[in-house]
Amino acid sequence: MALEQTDVEKIAHLARLHVSTEEATEVAKRISSILELIDEMQSIDTESVEPMAHSFDAIQRLRPDVVTEIDQREYLQKIAPSTQDGLYLVPKVIE
Amino acid sequence: MGWETVIGLEVHVQLATHSKLFSGSSTTFGAAPNTQANVFDLAMPGTLPVLNEQALRMAVKFGLAVDAEIGRRSVFDRKNYFYPDLPKGYQVSQLDFPTVGKGSLEITLEDGSTRVIGITRAHIEEDAGKSLHEDYQGQTGIDLNRAGTPLLEIVSEPELANAKEAVAYLKKLHSIIRYLGISDGNMSQGSMRCDANVSVRKTGSTELGTRAEIKNINSFRFVEKAILHEAQRQIDILEDGGRIVQETRLYDADRDETRSMRSKEVANDYRYFPEPDLLPVVIDEAYIEAVRAELPELPNAKRERFVAQYSLSEYDAGVIASSREMAEFFEEVVTICDDAKLSSNWVTVDLQAVLNKQDLEIEQSPISAKRLGELIARIKDQTISSKIAKTVFEAMLDSSQSADEIIESQGLKQVTDSGAIEKLVDEVIAGNPEQVEQYRAGKEKVFAFFIGQAMKASRGKANPEQLNALLKQKLKA
Repeated sequence: MALEQTDVEKIAHLARLHVSTEEATEVAKRISSILELIDEMQSIDTESVEPMAHSFDAIQRLRPDVVTEIDQREYLQKIAPSTQDGLYLVPKVIE
Repeated sequence: MGWETVIGLEVHVQLATHSKLFSGSSTTFGAAPNTQANVFDLAMPGTLPVLNEQALRMAVKFGLAVDAEIGRRSVFDRKNYFYPDLPKGYQVSQLDFPTVGKGSLEITLEDGSTRVIGITRAHIEEDAGKSLHEDYQGQTGIDLNRAGTPLLEIVSEPELANAKEAVAYLKKLHSIIRYLGISDGNMSQGSMRCDANVSVRKTGSTELGTRAEIKNINSFRFVEKAILHEAQRQIDILEDGGRIVQETRLYDADRDETRSMRSKEVANDYRYFPEPDLLPVVIDEAYIEAVRAELPELPNAKRERFVAQYSLSEYDAGVIASSREMAEFFEEVVTICDDAKLSSNWVTVDLQAVLNKQDLEIEQSPISAKRLGELIARIKDQTISSKIAKTVFEAMLDSSQSADEIIESQGLKQVTDSGAIEKLVDEVIAGNPEQVEQYRAGKEKVFAFFIGQAMKASRGKANPEQLNALLKQKLKA
């Protein structure tokens, strides 16, 4: 499977990465070569193998449902660029 | 040829845990902005998630209640998108291996018939924060208190055939999660939110039409209205020869219409991948059986028991069993007065009317189960008539007195002394010779007049059966 430059531009947009048109052509080639490797791997019969969710052979530890955090708003908001009435302010996100 | 609607619902239920899904921050509703948003919730580098056991247990509980397959090994995935109320840039959810698999839910329709609706899956995920778009110096305000609150997203099969079925499904789901105690199900506070996938097709067709997803419908009534509106919109388009575009639409309750949203985020490409910060969650039989042992009696089982144990009609039993609180209230009333039929009527009709009028839940009832039971006991032992009981009931609403205290202080005790009733009857007969003449001439309708007069004279307190018998007897003479 080969990626087009437009695919790269779309993925870059979704990931909010800036990739110029010249770079996109080059990146498309490089990702395509990774995909070729994956194509090759997919030709192996894995019918009887359970899909792996994690590289560690371990299971998730659980935490009791207890509130352990205290209010640190004042401390945390010191590093925020802009706050008001306890809210974090960000550029307007609605048209 | 007509059209039929096909509906599937995605319901987000906020799980009633004390702390968040992956962090120890509090989930209390209504706290000051960002006072419950800590380093993990803010996605500070180096923080890692640890799964809340109670959230998992609640999901399993729900799965068992709807006879679903429980995922012995569930896997969390990242759903990637950018929005300021999602600091990590992804939502942790479950894609291919959810905790709850295929199940089913029996719904009861208005005519009393039932239908079984398939549940596709229910997965655990974290909630996002809140964006406040009011003017903060031309910026958007972000409150991350809700970010990371555990949700269970329950997905139905596209098997609901109309808006009424969708509402019935939602109500049943609401009833079950409340019974299980896994959520308060409060739609106005957002602890239960509903998205509806709506499509239409020619009647009898087996293929699904293109669907539109209607987002965030926040009341039972709006679900019905939004679906009705959306189905009609699609039918109008198709009948004009148009095509339905697959999109997300927002229901506007004020205008009663849906409109297209998220023009900016057309690309619904979430690039899911397994969450590397979390390991697979493994659940064994012992865990499942331990959770099963915690299940309460569920609405259907309770309804059947009420029919068998108290000889209630299926309908009445269903109404009472739909709410755990109402069922408990009802059973307490029955224990006190020992009359299930009367209890059912008073709880579902008289008391319910008061609750509706004052917009109260039964837990907030101005008349406790004990007081209502004692009132009904006085009807049963004929201390008061049903009619007088309504007067006592009204008086109880504004006081904390018991039925007996009110009956005593207002002198409402039913007159069962046959001498006293006989005196009343004699007076009424003596005072209305003309009507007596008419009755004896065969005009039997006049009998009601005598009952009315005698009741009035006794201020409603005469025992109706005794009065009836005595009047008949005396008028004959």
